[in-house]
Amino acid sequence: MTAPYRIAGKGHLGTAPVARFTFDGKSYAGLEGDTLASALLANGVHLVGRSFKYHRPRGFLSSGVEEPNALVGVERDAARTTPNVRATVQELYDGLQAVSQNRWPSLSFDVGAVNNLGSPFFSAGFYYKTFMWPKAAWKHLYEPFIRRAAGLGVAPEQPDPDHYAARYEHCDLLVVGGGVAGLTAALAAAESGARVVLVDEQPEFGGSLRFESQTRIDGQDGWDWAQSAVHRLAGMDNVRLLTRTTAFGYHAQNMVAMIERVTEHLPGPLPDLPRERLWQVRAKQVVLATGSIERHMVFPNNDRPGIMLASAGRTFLNHFGVAVGRNVGIYTSNDSAYYAAIDLKKAGVSVAAIIDVRDNPKSAIVDQARALGIEIKAGHVVSGSKGHLRVSAMIVKPRGGGAEQTIAVDAMLTSSGWTPSVHLFSQSRGKVAYDEATQRFLPGTYAQACVSVGACNGSDRLEDLLIEASQAGRGAAQAAGVDHDAAGAYPEASAAEVWTGGMLGVAPGVEDKKAFVDFQNDVTAKDIAQAVREGMRSIEHVKRFTTNGMATDQGKTSNMHGLAIAAEVLGKPIPEVGLTTFRQPYTPVTFGAIAGNARGALFDPTRRTAIHSWAEEHGAEFEDVGQWKRAWYFPTAGEDMQAAINRECVTVRQNAGIFDASTLGKIEVVGPDAATFMELLYTNPWQKLEPGRCRYGIMLREDGYVYDDGVVGRLAADRFHVTTTTGGAARVLHHMEDYLQTEFPHLKVYLTSISEQWAVIAVQGPKSRDIIAPLVEGIDISDAAMPHMSVREGKICGVPTRLFRMSFTGERGFEINVPADYGRSVWEAVWAEGKKHGACAYGTETMHVLRAEKGYIIVGQETDGTATPDDVGLAWAIGKAKKDFVGIRGLQRQDLVAPGRKQLVGLRTKNSTTVLEEGAQLVADPNQPIPMKMLGHVTSSYWSENCGRSIALAMVEGGRNRIGDILYVPMPDNTIEVEVTEPIFFDEKGERLNG
Amino acid sequence: MANQIALRRPVLDGLSVQRQWVSVKPAAPASRIALRAPAESLSQLSASLSLTLPSKVRASATSGTRTALCLGPDEWLIIDADGVDIAGEMAGVEAFYSAVDVSHRNVGIIVAGEGAQAAISAGCPQDLALREFPVRACCRTILGKSEIVLQRTGDQEFRVECWRSFADYVFTFLQEASRDPLI
Repeated sequence: MTAPYRIAGKGHLGTAPVARFTFDGKSYAGLEGDTLASALLANGVHLVGRSFKYHRPRGFLSSGVEEPNALVGVERDAARTTPNVRATVQELYDGLQAVSQNRWPSLSFDVGAVNNLGSPFFSAGFYYKTFMWPKAAWKHLYEPFIRRAAGLGVAPEQPDPDHYAARYEHCDLLVVGGGVAGLTAALAAAESGARVVLVDEQPEFGGSLRFESQTRIDGQDGWDWAQSAVHRLAGMDNVRLLTRTTAFGYHAQNMVAMIERVTEHLPGPLPDLPRERLWQVRAKQVVLATGSIERHMVFPNNDRPGIMLASAGRTFLNHFGVAVGRNVGIYTSNDSAYYAAIDLKKAGVSVAAIIDVRDNPKSAIVDQARALGIEIKAGHVVSGSKGHLRVSAMIVKPRGGGAEQTIAVDAMLTSSGWTPSVHLFSQSRGKVAYDEATQRFLPGTYAQACVSVGACNGSDRLEDLLIEASQAGRGAAQAAGVDHDAAGAYPEASAAEVWTGGMLGVAPGVEDKKAFVDFQNDVTAKDIAQAVREGMRSIEHVKRFTTNGMATDQGKTSNMHGLAIAAEVLGKPIPEVGLTTFRQPYTPVTFGAIAGNARGALFDPTRRTAIHSWAEEHGAEFEDVGQWKRAWYFPTAGEDMQAAINRECVTVRQNAGIFDASTLGKIEVVGPDAATFMELLYTNPWQKLEPGRCRYGIMLREDGYVYDDGVVGRLAADRFHVTTTTGGAARVLHHMEDYLQTEFPHLKVYLTSISEQWAVIAVQGPKSRDIIAPLVEGIDISDAAMPHMSVREGKICGVPTRLFRMSFTGERGFEINVPADYGRSVWEAVWAEGKKHGACAYGTETMHVLRAEKGYIIVGQETDGTATPDDVGLAWAIGKAKKDFVGIRGLQRQDLVAPGRKQLVGLRTKNSTTVLEEGAQLVADPNQPIPMKMLGHVTSSYWSENCGRSIALAMVEGGRNRIGDILYVPMPDNTIEVEVTEPIFFDEKGERLNG
Repeated sequence: MANQIALRRPVLDGLSVQRQWVSVKPAAPASRIALRAPAESLSQLSASLSLTLPSKVRASATSGTRTALCLGPDEWLIIDADGVDIAGEMAGVEAFYSAVDVSHRNVGIIVAGEGAQAAISAGCPQDLALREFPVRACCRTILGKSEIVLQRTGDQEFRVECWRSFADYVFTFLQEASRDPLI
């Protein structure tokens, strides 16, 4: 079965297998190697979408990534529906299912098309003007309308079942664009031995050689030359060739982000392959060979299906073997459309006429067209088109005015010239320069190790381009440090196409109404002129007012037209009106590719302790503490959270509890100056702390505020085992390293993180010593030999331990440090002993309650980065005789010694069963007018089963002088009366530490 | 006293990935020391360790079961597959140094096969081409969202070291990355 518009023997697809597909439910056949666009055109289908704003029928404008119109949905299955796929880019595969978008109920009859009739209402700036008034209409009329109209296509609702790969790559030279310039540069560099990555967004290299029929290089047809160049490159092991890969972002220091579409062109799904691959390439040198993009002619009703770019018509014909019509009209202001006319004519397609804006076009190619008998109407313009769902005629008149003539056509190809693709150059922070003679922006000042070659650099003559690209390739290799002979042969152009010239904006004598500049956002020439008349001066304002160039095609075909129209209305030269900034991505990139494998288990590292699995097996609920999972509480059957915590809290104080404290940060401080360093980093004195003893240390920032705290054990004269908060582990080490390297580099001391070396098992409670006694070897753990706040090294369960006698509960307590891989095994042994003594396992919530009963602070809960040691009742931890430590000057600041600072106190609610809300504010008089004077806030609040009542800690202005006072906590529903107390609720004398 | 001897339970015990082009396996448990020392201490330390400590950052040296990775101008990671008391061997050194046992802090993962470099390059921004990162080269770097120490142990073999609680993430990352067949 041959599709009606496929021309036998034309194109590069040869005898490719048939691929069947559907569009809006209707079945068609194409060839493997087709795009969805070429396959539809082969079947005579031009109507593929409705425009965004006016719902006008639209067809294909282009054959590539610049396509603004032909956005379709591709549906593989319920979870794999992709909206806004450019049909000109989507490769055909057998079984492809595509649907049109932005139409209801059907593509050929769309209710939304009434917008077209009301188009004056939707003119430039309509968002800003119309929807301001009346206010009520916003909610009921305008917003629902915008929500329905805005956005195209439908995103899938199911999770993405595919996976996405990522790859970092390094090379001497990255060549972006595999057309004639890119291939030439890559070959020249690769032959010198450089590591080369050549990337192109098309399925095959060759660039515009896909459609150039009159180019011959080294005696070969252009396309054939490209294929043999690729063949040579593929044989070199210093070259990586990437097709279907778009360089979409050019970052600092030649980091180029690229997206490779791995399976989008294959029938699938293929679970073994990533759907897309994100490349992050760090290149010593970059060659940009990104080519240029043809512009359409701007004339009334230039958006009818069937009106396309001349280069698209040639690509469909010369690459895919598809004629875009049977009787094609040509409208141009430069030579390149003549090639299209000649190709069509030679392929047996009728060319109705070439309408050329120029009065007297003269060139070899014009002569060629004339010699083929194609009618050329020079000095004419197209003033409109006819047709509904497909163009049926073009309306032509002399440029200077005169009678209109209607010429029947079934397709039109137009060209107003070529815009160099300077997107990546601009993203690299290069400055473009306007070339007056050719009316285009070209790379000007470079900001990175990068060079542009070929059409994107304005190199129009193939002979020059080949030399330029060869030299760029060799030069880049040399600049990257690859030794080679800089001279060398370069390809020679045997015959070339010449496309220079063109125009910007609307042709003279033609109306600007419905003359589309930006097809995707439905912006007409009239809209841009209107924006200027309404006061927009900079192109940045014109762009935002009209939305010209703001669609997903980023104005690849519209920006220069829009700029020229604005410049003309303003009466200013184009460079003075400015060029909008090119931003990444060059073409749309999926979130899937950007996220890569960073989802599910790999979204972020989940850190688990060596004892985690035991806690899991014993029914623990976990809480997230940074990246850590910590056992929160251990409910037994039928227990709710509060019941579990009550039981754990009571059991610890009655018998004992076992707690996984492995996540605490730990730092080993080693060296002859270790004590001196500790003196400088902590407020406490350390020189006289004997080896084998521990001390609770406070660390300040330079400003005098509490930064971290923890128990520090001195293992030897030159060795400290420092503990930090769980959350502070990394930043405390960095803080210490920072001071060591920048302020105290003379000290002989080194810091090593040992957080993960040691699993930590806290055994707390009156029975704690009895529990560990049978397990410990070589350490006398009697009170006399090992008092509270001491540390010993020895063995437990046959493995090395650092055993701390310390307490964060107020009970007698030990913290067993064992090498982490032994953690679970030792825990099990401790648990077995613990059960004999009625101990329980407890989690972080019980740990919090027990320490609050004792008034022990948690840095980050009682402190908020603005609390001094004195504020939280820890002035005793400052070495009074010390002359220096980080924060000592900060502590002397006026506001830090002034009276009335917030101080740590306890709160007892009048009603003992009322548990305050953490963060609640405290006031002296609940009846004062709002805004009330707030004295402080609740920092910690719990039900304490051990105290038989609620307890709370708070930071209150002048708090220590208010002990015994009554304060109030105003809540939304009621006001709670509280008494200010000392911040301790249990065992006020601290007798249980040894009991 | 205790009869029961605690068992060592490596975090990645029993896990492995085997594909046609790459394998990912936990390394055997080993002794490790984080060694910090100024240049003037190196000769004494090298003598005590029976291994010349490399002084060039990103270089490593191996002698028998022992490897020293130079991670910074005054920093080495010493790994001994034999499980010996490395710090004990250095005990007699008079010169200034810091040796801290990190045997259990780190977990080693061996990535091998023609796709090994590609699998690591899925999340590591270093240039791992053989020319730039030859056998025995090493560095502290990142893999995805985790810090790692990376050492090339062969043309097609790498050792990845990470902290214990990141091992699950790093292993899963490499498992996922190894699905990509592109070398």
